[in-house]
Amino acid sequence: MIKLEIDGKAVEVENGSTVMEAANKVGSFIPHFCYHKKLSIAANCRMCLVQVEKAPKPLPACATPATEGMKVQTASQYAKTAQQGVMEFLLINHPLDCPICDQGGECQLQDLAVGYGGSASRYQEEKRVVVNKNLGPLISTDMTRCIHCTRCVRFGQEIAGVMELGMAGRGEHSEILSFVGRTVDSELSGNVIDLCPVGALTSKPFRYSARTWELSRRKSVSPHDGLGSNLVVQVKVDKVMRVLPRENEAINECWLSDKDRFAYEGLNSAERLTKPMLKQDGKWTEVEWNVALDYVAHALANIRNEHGADAIGALASPHQTLEELHLLNKLVRGMGSNNIDTRLRQLDTRADGQVKGVRWLGMKVADLAALQSVLVVGSTLRKDHPLLANRFRQAAKRGQQVNVLHVADDDLLMNVANRLIVKPSQMADALAQVAKALAALKSQPLSKSVADATANIRVSDAAQAIAKSLADKEKVGIFVGNFAEHHPEFSTLYALAQEVARLAGGTLGFLGEAANSVGAAAVGAVPGSKGLCAQGMKSQPRKAYIVFGAEPDLDAADGEATLAALYTAETVIAFSAFKHAASRYADVLLPIAPFTETAGTFVNTEGTVQSFNGVVKPLGDARPGWKVLRVLGNLMKLDGFEFNSIEDVRADIAADLQGFVAGKLNNAIGEVTMNLAPATAGVERIAEVPLYAADPLVRRAPSLQKTADAKRAATAGLAPDVYDNLKLVDGQSVRIKAGAAEVNLPARRDPTLPAGTARVALALPETLALGAATTLTLEMLPVAVTIGHAAE
Amino acid sequence: MSALNYGPDAVILKGLTGENWRLKDYEQRDGYAALKKILKEGMKPEDVINEVKKSALRGRGGAGFPTGLKWSFMPRSFPGPKYLVCNSDEGEPGTFKDRDIIRYNPHILIEGMIIAGYAMGIGVGYNYIHGEIWADYERFEEALDEARKAGYLGKNILGTDFSFDLFAHHGYGAYICGEETALLESLEGKKGQPRFKPPFPASFGLYGKPTTINNTETFAAVPFIIREGGDAFLAQGKPNNGGTKIFSVSGHVNRPGNYEIKLGTPFAKLLELAGGMRGGKKLKGVIPGGSSMPVLTGEVMMATDMDYDSIAKAGSMLGSGAVIVMDEDTCMVRAAERLAYFYFEESCGQCTPCREGTGWLYRVIHRIEHGQGRPEDLDLLLNLADNIQGRTICALGDAAAMPVRAFVKTFRAEFEYHIEHKRCQVKTGGYSNAAEPLQMAAE
Ligand SMILES: Cc1cc2nc3c(=O)[nH]c(=O)nc-3n(C[C@H](O)[C@H](O)[C@H](O)COP(=O)(O)O)c2cc1C
Ligand code: SF4
Ligand code: FES
Repeated sequence: MIKLEIDGKAVEVENGSTVMEAANKVGSFIPHFCYHKKLSIAANCRMCLVQVEKAPKPLPACATPATEGMKVQTASQYAKTAQQGVMEFLLINHPLDCPICDQGGECQLQDLAVGYGGSASRYQEEKRVVVNKNLGPLISTDMTRCIHCTRCVRFGQEIAGVMELGMAGRGEHSEILSFVGRTVDSELSGNVIDLCPVGALTSKPFRYSARTWELSRRKSVSPHDGLGSNLVVQVKVDKVMRVLPRENEAINECWLSDKDRFAYEGLNSAERLTKPMLKQDGKWTEVEWNVALDYVAHALANIRNEHGADAIGALASPHQTLEELHLLNKLVRGMGSNNIDTRLRQLDTRADGQVKGVRWLGMKVADLAALQSVLVVGSTLRKDHPLLANRFRQAAKRGQQVNVLHVADDDLLMNVANRLIVKPSQMADALAQVAKALAALKSQPLSKSVADATANIRVSDAAQAIAKSLADKEKVGIFVGNFAEHHPEFSTLYALAQEVARLAGGTLGFLGEAANSVGAAAVGAVPGSKGLCAQGMKSQPRKAYIVFGAEPDLDAADGEATLAALYTAETVIAFSAFKHAASRYADVLLPIAPFTETAGTFVNTEGTVQSFNGVVKPLGDARPGWKVLRVLGNLMKLDGFEFNSIEDVRADIAADLQGFVAGKLNNAIGEVTMNLAPATAGVERIAEVPLYAADPLVRRAPSLQKTADAKRAATAGLAPDVYDNLKLVDGQSVRIKAGAAEVNLPARRDPTLPAGTARVALALPETLALGAATTLTLEMLPVAVTIGHAAE
Repeated sequence: MSALNYGPDAVILKGLTGENWRLKDYEQRDGYAALKKILKEGMKPEDVINEVKKSALRGRGGAGFPTGLKWSFMPRSFPGPKYLVCNSDEGEPGTFKDRDIIRYNPHILIEGMIIAGYAMGIGVGYNYIHGEIWADYERFEEALDEARKAGYLGKNILGTDFSFDLFAHHGYGAYICGEETALLESLEGKKGQPRFKPPFPASFGLYGKPTTINNTETFAAVPFIIREGGDAFLAQGKPNNGGTKIFSVSGHVNRPGNYEIKLGTPFAKLLELAGGMRGGKKLKGVIPGGSSMPVLTGEVMMATDMDYDSIAKAGSMLGSGAVIVMDEDTCMVRAAERLAYFYFEESCGQCTPCREGTGWLYRVIHRIEHGQGRPEDLDLLLNLADNIQGRTICALGDAAAMPVRAFVKTFRAEFEYHIEHKRCQVKTGGYSNAAEPLQMAAE
């Protein structure tokens, strides 16, 4: 520890601390621009100059190490003169036109200029003008406003893991730009908007739509990936205008993924459903809520009476709130059915009976950093979990060995210790190799089922290296990704991952697909032993379906077959915030409120219960789902639907929600029959869920749909051998067949794929016809089609 | 070929003809004797450093930091690589001495660096050579080859267990790459931008490893110190200012060029060596230490000796030893404008006071020079210089501020004349007062 004095106040700081950190500790504010606690020190803005006793010149607080006995004045005349001098320099070439700048009112330069700037400028010369850059659909530029703090550059290098922005040129001609003609495509790119202290980088979707002082700031929680990033939702007259991060060191730190940040645009989509609607004589008509709900109560009662309760099934989105899913579950079970599922993309549920609890991350997000070696199994890590990926990236810099077993050698923008890249059908075999090698290294017996299944497999060098990494380290984590959860042999992968974790003495975790996957399972919105899972409800069509928040054509693993089942049903009741394909198969559409218009709760992948309130009034006649279900339960005379408030609903789940959830978290699984390498024929499909296609809200966010990621989603990435065999040229389309189904997609050569595979995504209208097909036949199409570039 | 004339006191540049740069020639001039002495006599590294300390050798790159002291900062028992770097970037306007060393006496630098490597337990060195002297870079490579073949460089030098290798690297002509930490960045293959200090190169240098950086002339002085002893070197100059120093004399003299003289030699003597004032003109002003240093009047200079302490006492600095001589026909506003333009153009752009301030300085002086000055401009310039100096990451900010301040203070009347009369006081100097378009730095 070091003792020093800041502005006359004694303070003690850790060795290696800076004067800035010491000043923060005693509450002395030192003006700054380039300093950011999560970024490396650049010391280039010079705004933080302070007076240090015995130093011959003012020193930058952000870069000056605190030393024993140091005496610092942060606001003496000497320090102020230096700070004011720097402020004057910063302003001479800055356009002093705050009234037309989008950052006005939330600009650090503007704020600090009040305290440190002069009231008139001494600069009478010509000002610098810098050409704006096109950084893509999310970030708007006003480069003349840039103050060269390089926060955006350091963010790319250090956090996003890719230097998409740099400072080119020299002296006054220095400017921030992307690599010639490229846009900024990182899935974390929006954070540079927050980091930019001035109006140089601002939000393109938000641009010129409101002033910060017109906006109320309301707390919320992101409804997208399993992390549950904390949000500040900014609202103007009952409209969501913008989403910003709410700092939570334990979860999202001070960051947001682009999905968390920009998907709000979908809330204001023209496709919002704002009136209950009934289909009568083949025509949709708007009706009042009581009419619609009466219809629903009768329709469901009729089905139950005629076909039995088991003829009713519910498909719900894991992006819906805990309260909604609890009441939906109660409704379904109250009617006597057990057919409810939220794991719509999980093909393989045969091990459901062996599962001991609710699967989750297995540890706290913040504790990932302490692991010394991890194995990530089947995850499109950066895209599915941008901020978890960042946790691994930062840990990898400090020595964590990140090992990857996956179907594509994606560039994770971090140091990957070992990779084992195999075809989808070989994943189980590959994981079994790791288990086998690990058992040998640890001189421990494999569990019987694994031993039997792996008796004849050969351990590859990569599997051996991964096993060694896991065996050598004390703190180990095995993390199963969304791709593995969607895999046709998920049960085998699950059991093998557990075996690897056991042998390594490590923790088994699931990265977690959706904002409320853990919550959904905790309140029982999964079939259990008596009901049908989503796949079951598809292959054994029900007479009535409740579709809750989901768009099964895009949210289910086999959208095409699920649609077919929905078409054959006598009645389909769709609860949704949006108009969607349900208008073709449903007979009732009930407008429920998205997360910003209802109180609710999400349980994130680490099992943290995060409740929130609505931030705006529901749009039109939309109503919070929990209220609609409450009324419906009452209309159907079901027990236990007497609630006055959301708190009542929460209390109905458990008095202590966090304790309730914690009690259910358990990744253990019992005996599972191993199926290591199923026979396959044809090109194997790598069926990922594109990040901006993963849920109904993000699918309707226009700016995200213009990103390079979104554009790439609807193309077929072909392994080099597949591509070359077809003799394709760049941008040419291929015909992709699976059984009788076929679709055409522009093809691209994807060198990250193992031989004999093709990336053909799920969750897209373009690929819907293929259903959950795992093997494909490809043919060349004669016409060339140009693949759009990332630029708008 | 006739002998190059570097003055009678030359040590580093002694006996050079322009042709005799090869290893065999150097050996005839007692070359590599110092290295042999160390290795044969088993001189301890600490003793080498002590000898350098005794010599009072001060860094010839500009800051004049005592070299022996700098060498003693290198952590002795650091595990892993340490680096030695020679700064031959020589970008300071007026300075052209390191070029002559590399061109005409490259082995003296190589020997100096080998000895430095020995003294600090360093196994690898780099010489970062100014990007615009390609032929000299190639010659240096040739000299390295000779030294390697002769067993002076490489593994087990002269059959001992001391190994040291040395590589040449050329820059691309950015002045800022002469700043030691920008040089390191550039050497690492990155954009040449200074690092903030601390940490200093002695603890975090090239590739993050302990590194010592010295100027070409500094290393070139070392063989003499070891061969003849630190005291002998010191005796060449005066206390605290040991040895000879090469001065690059340019401007309005009859024989501009490099002159190696004993530190403490009167300026008048140096002027005489350089052939005196061109055309018998009156001496108006002198920048005694390279363009970054404050200008002094001719009278002050004629009463000053050429050593670190005397020049400091006179109000300037010895710097890199570039002596820019200006006669009575020189327009001091125009001179200041030209220098301000240089620093404006060469600022790396990362830190605010230098990036923004150098342009402001230049534009104001440019206006004054072009007949558009305002009375308040002079105090503005002085205040801007104060706001830049000491507030930047590297000393380029100081280098930009000091000359401007000195020109305005020392020749204030001339600036005022420009402002008042919108034209130049000096008949032959300066632009006309027709306003030219502002000359912007090329990309
Ligand atoms: C802007 C700037 C440019 C510099 N250029 C040079 C140069 O060209 N050559 C040089 O030897 N030192 C130059 N220096 C000084 C070096 O940073 C460093 O102090 C010197 O190389 C140390 O060597 P010495 O101790 O032998 O003088 C420059 C410094 C600054 C701030
Ligand atoms: S003082 Fe100038 S050259 Fe030095 S780091 Fe700052 S901007 Fe770059
Ligand atoms: S905050 Fe310290 S220099 Fe920018």
